[in-house]
Amino acid sequence: MGTGHAHKLYRHGHSPVHELPPHCKLAAVLCFVVVVVSTPREAVWAFALYAALLAAVAAVARIPAGFLLKRLVIEVPFVAFALLMPFVVPGEQTELLGVSVSVPGLWGAWNVLAKGTLGVAASVLLASTTELRSLLLGLQRLRLPPLLVEIASFMIRYGDVITDELRRMSVARRSRGFEASGVRHWGVLAKTAGALFIRSYERGERVHLAMVSRGYTGTMPVIDEVTASRTQWAHAAALPVLALVVCLLGWTV
Amino acid sequence: MSLPTAPVPSLEVSGLAYAYPDGHQALFGVDLTVARGERVALLGPNGAGKTTLVLHLNGILEAGAGTVRVAGLSVAKKNLAEIRRRVGIVFQDPDDQLFMPTVREDVAFGPASAGLRGPELEERVTGALKRVGMEEYATRPPHHLSFGQRRRVAVATVLAMEPEILVLDEPSSNLDPASRRELADILRSLDVTVLMVTHDLPYALELCPRAVILSDGVIAADDRTQDLLCDDALMRRHRLELPFGFDPRSVSVPRP
Repeated sequence: MGTGHAHKLYRHGHSPVHELPPHCKLAAVLCFVVVVVSTPREAVWAFALYAALLAAVAAVARIPAGFLLKRLVIEVPFVAFALLMPFVVPGEQTELLGVSVSVPGLWGAWNVLAKGTLGVAASVLLASTTELRSLLLGLQRLRLPPLLVEIASFMIRYGDVITDELRRMSVARRSRGFEASGVRHWGVLAKTAGALFIRSYERGERVHLAMVSRGYTGTMPVIDEVTASRTQWAHAAALPVLALVVCLLGWTV
Repeated sequence: MSLPTAPVPSLEVSGLAYAYPDGHQALFGVDLTVARGERVALLGPNGAGKTTLVLHLNGILEAGAGTVRVAGLSVAKKNLAEIRRRVGIVFQDPDDQLFMPTVREDVAFGPASAGLRGPELEERVTGALKRVGMEEYATRPPHHLSFGQRRRVAVATVLAMEPEILVLDEPSSNLDPASRRELADILRSLDVTVLMVTHDLPYALELCPRAVILSDGVIAADDRTQDLLCDDALMRRHRLELPFGFDPRSVSVPRP
C-alpha cells in the first residue's frame, strides 16, 4: 500500500538547510521568488547570479545536481509555452539560425524561462529538504487559515487510502472482463468516479464521527509548536537578502 | 439494586429507546449495567441495533427516551466533552480512526483536544503507545503500518484519553490469527472496563466473562458468556452461530 516512509520529493538528510525551521524556509523561498520576478529581464547576469545562489544552497543541503535537474522536468509544459513566444509575439523581426523570430518574443521567452526555472528550482530545494508534514506545520505557523492547512493534511493522510480504493475498483472491473478501450467506455469510468466520490464522502463522515468521539469541537489542537531562533531566521534570510542585493544592482547598473 | 457502598458502575443504561429520523425504531428500552473493570461482550445479529447503542454511549445520538450514565455522569449536552473523554470508542476501520499524519499526533489528538500540552502530553502519548506495544512507530504515518498495527494504534488513541470505559466495535475483524492473539493479550493487560461489540463468538468467550445479546432493540439475554454460547435454542433464536467445529463446552474459561 505505502510507497515508502516519506514523500518522493523529500530527500532525507541532516544538512544545515534540512535543520532550519519550516516556516523560515517557506518565507525565504517566497521572498526569493518575489525578488527574482521583480528583476528586469535585461539584466541577464543577475539571473546567472541567482542560479549561483541556488547552487550554493543545494551544495550546503548536499542535494546532488542530478537530483535537482531531474525534479526540474515538471517545468516542461511552461518551457513549451515559452518556446512558442518568439514565433507568435508580433514586433521587430530578427534572424536566428535562419528562422525569422520576433525580438520582443525572444525577450518574453527568456523572461518566462529564467524566472520560471529559478522559481521551480527554489521550490524543489524547499521540498527536498523539508518533510511534507513540517511544511504544513510551517504554513500553520505563518498563519495560513487553519482550515486550508487541515484540508491539506487530510489530503496527505487519505491520498493513499483513496488511490488504493480506486485501484481495488479497477481490479474488480477488470476481473469482470472490462477493459476501458474507447469513448464508449467513458460512462463506466464516470460511474467509477461517482462511486469513488460517494465512498470518500462516506469515509469523511466516519472520520468526522471518530474525531467528534475524541473531543473534536471544530478546531484542531496544536500538538507541535514550531519555533525559530533569531540565528535560524538570519540563516534562512541569507538567500533572499543576497538576491535582493543582486536585484537592486540589476535595476541600477 | 446496588448497595450504597458499591462503586459507581462504569456504564448504566436504562430504558434507552431510539428511533431514527426516518421513523425506523432501532432500540426499544435497553437496560445494561457494566461494573468498573468488567469486560462484557455485546452480541447480536446484524441490524440488532448494536451500533446505534454504541453511538448513544458518547452522545453522538441523543436518546429518544431513557438515560445513559458513564461513571455516574449522565450523557447530556452540557457534559459531552467530559463524556467523550470517559468513553473511548475504537471504530471498526482504523483508517477512519487514524486521521492525523503521524501515529504520535494521532494519539495526541484526544488529550490535546482536552487541553493537555508539552511534556505531560508527550508522556500520555508514549504511555498509551507502550501499552499497545507500538512506541517505536510513533513517527510513522498510519497508512504505512499493517492492518493489525493500525488497529493497535487505534486502541492507543483512545487509551491516551484515560477512558472510564473502552468500547470496541468488532475488534477482531480483518485480523490474521497472530494479530488477533496480540490484540487479545493487550486487551487483557489493560486495567479498564471494556464493552466489546462482536460477531466473533470465540473471541468474546476468550476475553469477556460476561456477555449480553442485543436482539430486535432489546437486551434478550445477559449471562456468563460460556452459558450463553452453550444454550443452542437461545443462540438459534437470535441468529448467532458458532464457527464450524467450535464447541464452547470444550474450553475452560476463568470464572468471573
